Amino acid sequence: MPSFLPYLYHTLFPPTVRYPDILLIDFGLIMAGIGLLGFMTKTRRWGWLWREWLTTVDHKKIAVMYLIAAIVMLFRGGIDAEMLRAQLALPTTKFMPAAQYDEVFTTHGTIMIFFMAMPFIFALFNAVVPLMIGARDVAFPRINAMSYWLFAFGAILFNISFVIGGSPNAGWTAYPPYTGLAFNPGPGENYYFLALIIAGMGTTMTGVNFLVTTVRMRAPGMTLMRMPMFVWSTMITSALILFAFPPLTVALAMSLFDRLFGSSFFTLTRGGMPMMYVNLFWLFGHPEVYILVIPLFGVFSEVVSTFSKKQLFGYPVMVVSMLAIMFLSYGTWVHHFFTMGAGPAVNAFFGLSTMLIAIPTGVKIFNWIFTMWGGRIQLTVAMLYQLAFIPTFVIGGASGVMLAVVPADYQFHNSYFLIAHFHNVIIGGTLFGLLSGLYYWWPKMFGMKLNERQGKVAFWLFFIGFWITFTPQYLLGLKGMTRRLYTYPIGMGWHELNVISTFGALIMGAAFVALVYNIVWSLLYGEKDLTGDPWNGRTLEWALPSPVPEYNFARIPVVHERDAWWAMKQRGQSLADLKPEDVRDVEMPRNTPIPFLLGASFFVVGFGMTFKFWPIAIMGFVGVILCILFSGFDYEDHHHLKADVIRSTEASLGRLQG
Amino acid sequence: MSLPLAEEQVQKLPLEFADEKESVNITGFWMFLVTDVLVFGSLFSTYAVMRHSYAMGPTADQLFKMGPVMLETLLLLTSSFTIGLGVFAMRKGQTRALMFWLLLTMLLGAGFVTTEIHDFVSFAAIGATWHTSAFLSAFDILVGTHGAHVTFGIFWALTLLLQLRKRGITARTARKIYTFSLYWHFLDIVWIFIFTFVYLNGKIV
Ligand code: HEM
Ligand SMILES: [Cu+2]
Repeated sequence: MPSFLPYLYHTLFPPTVRYPDILLIDFGLIMAGIGLLGFMTKTRRWGWLWREWLTTVDHKKIAVMYLIAAIVMLFRGGIDAEMLRAQLALPTTKFMPAAQYDEVFTTHGTIMIFFMAMPFIFALFNAVVPLMIGARDVAFPRINAMSYWLFAFGAILFNISFVIGGSPNAGWTAYPPYTGLAFNPGPGENYYFLALIIAGMGTTMTGVNFLVTTVRMRAPGMTLMRMPMFVWSTMITSALILFAFPPLTVALAMSLFDRLFGSSFFTLTRGGMPMMYVNLFWLFGHPEVYILVIPLFGVFSEVVSTFSKKQLFGYPVMVVSMLAIMFLSYGTWVHHFFTMGAGPAVNAFFGLSTMLIAIPTGVKIFNWIFTMWGGRIQLTVAMLYQLAFIPTFVIGGASGVMLAVVPADYQFHNSYFLIAHFHNVIIGGTLFGLLSGLYYWWPKMFGMKLNERQGKVAFWLFFIGFWITFTPQYLLGLKGMTRRLYTYPIGMGWHELNVISTFGALIMGAAFVALVYNIVWSLLYGEKDLTGDPWNGRTLEWALPSPVPEYNFARIPVVHERDAWWAMKQRGQSLADLKPEDVRDVEMPRNTPIPFLLGASFFVVGFGMTFKFWPIAIMGFVGVILCILFSGFDYEDHHHLKADVIRSTEASLGRLQG
Repeated sequence: MSLPLAEEQVQKLPLEFADEKESVNITGFWMFLVTDVLVFGSLFSTYAVMRHSYAMGPTADQLFKMGPVMLETLLLLTSSFTIGLGVFAMRKGQTRALMFWLLLTMLLGAGFVTTEIHDFVSFAAIGATWHTSAFLSAFDILVGTHGAHVTFGIFWALTLLLQLRKRGITARTARKIYTFSLYWHFLDIVWIFIFTFVYLNGKIV
């Protein structure tokens, strides 16, 4: 069918994906792809990749895969950010045309939130939560792998948009009618909705999984109030996910149906109501910002007590304030659209409820400070991020309270002031927390430390770069510059500040390079962690060798108090005193290709629907059904790890007596 | 964390709860149901907001016919009863009886879906599709999502029948039947809300 080919070419490669820069990237990607294929084939790694990684259900390996994905996405989102900043520093040149600018800010926001921050958080969950609660795996290891592959294929689907078909361009919030078919033909928004629905299913499953894991899988004696704070934060985040993602999925599905199947949810001429989308989106969106920050509250709580050599100050208060944030975060969503004009009563209610959140947050800040008070503080990289987090987050929170003042928000709304606010909390809270956790738990995940000196370089670049980037943006907001703007006249008085901001962004780019250098260098030459407890830690993950053996605990520990491992050390105990007769056979989940295939099938569904290639979509759908059927009938999903194997592993680690 | 139950108490629990792993699975299923409650919650609120956005299309009062809806209600409520009897038979270890009730549940569910599809087709025949108005969009997606759940449930039950035939009642199949019954009752409850807030309300107001 030769007449079919030009059509295909124009659908898949419209002019918007034929900018010179994109063609250059295409070329680079193809070369890198060929190189990788060649390398894998030459070193015969395909079998290894399939057996050890693509089919794994081990939470520790899934954590590594999440981490790799998150860092790659941080790179992609970061490049987008640098492109945006370059355009704003050079507003009169056409560095990027308006249409491309729209695409880049959309992919930047979406990738950073859904495909960088979320998987990074899940990397930390997977890496340590089962270890902290004395479990051998999460509650549902297979579902865990499915979550990962749904996320991963969702991310791939989203990321190919800029080379095939064109990127979405309606902002990370994707409001109608910007996304309506009449105003936004082309596949871009289909990519957005489908990728987020697919990845969102994975995230929902992760929420279920970690909620059940933390509720049901804890070691004997680990009562709720003895859980490490990171486990609390995991539990609360999972609960937030459970309640936040369904409304998002519904909103996305309705938008997609409007575009693909002609429904009328958000089509004004047929009675549709775009504001319904906005409400559903933020009903998800505000809890989402707490999904993005509460896990890091947990990280900081672990880091601060480890490196102050003190128990966390005010543990019960921390728990209560986190729970308070969880509940309150469902009652504030309207603050994202005060300007909708819901009326003074509604706006006043949501303004107040928003300000209320600042109270438990402030309480937590004081608890961290009091934990440090009088402690022996070690300035490791993880701790530096914690110290940087406190002032940064406080200022971000304060600007949030300013935004919550309704009359003022009519002025601030959608200005650079808002942009500065949420980067202040998302970088100062989420990104700094993620990096803190990365440096802190890296030895546990990989068996070697990240070089501290290089880490400090990266830290200072991030910290200084952050402030240089975003302080000017507060001022720009006050001077009236609105967001999602690709050019402005030089005479507006905005140019100098934008140049400074771009300069800061370059420093943050350098920080990213330093971080990657740090990681690569440490993988090659890093100091090995032979003790399993390089920081003199307090919680159970440090009782295990690094990296942790497949079965985690040869014998499930019994917990008697908070900071269980610290207490054991005080009593001169350890988990390395196994007697051969303590070790029993262990039931472990069996590896399976189904999660990978399920993700791949969903990818095919997503791709087919994006371009309305229905036969392809149906093929993918059949794949999905086959995967579900297969896992329903598969009763051989676990195997027994023999006690002898465990004994010899433990003996080789020097943890077996006699 | 193991439940603080003595060995003999554990013995008294039904099969699917006595097994630690299956009991964790049941907890997980409850959590999944929570997300589903939220899905339907979002769809109901959308319907509540859009229920008068008729545009140029038919109104709820013009459209809804109570006859088929009563029939659907009857079929689905009865099927909730039969799956209950099925779980009852399972507790007594009667595989064949369980399979019979499961099959009956499926048939009743199929009757429900057939009636519903018939209803939807008759709407489409007079041009009342979700293209027509936001009201119809909201109605279709709410009722349609429920119908899709029931349809999925029927196929799920079919796979369970096959597993029961092959393996009989074990901790694992018992857990699957139990979670299926939770799912089925849940759909029943959702239907009661649809019946009340969509159909009855549409007729009265
Ligand atoms: C004391 C705590 C906080 C308060 C009072 C607060 C308040 C607000 C308000 C009122 C807005 C809407 C501004 C507007 O659109 O005009 C907003 C936007 C935003 N906030 Fe916060 N916030 C707080 C903490 C956080 C945290 C912890 C995060 C994330 C980790 C966050 C992320 C965001 C994001 C992403 C947006 C903007 C989304 C968009 O429109 O694209 N906020 N905040
Ligand atoms: Cu908010």
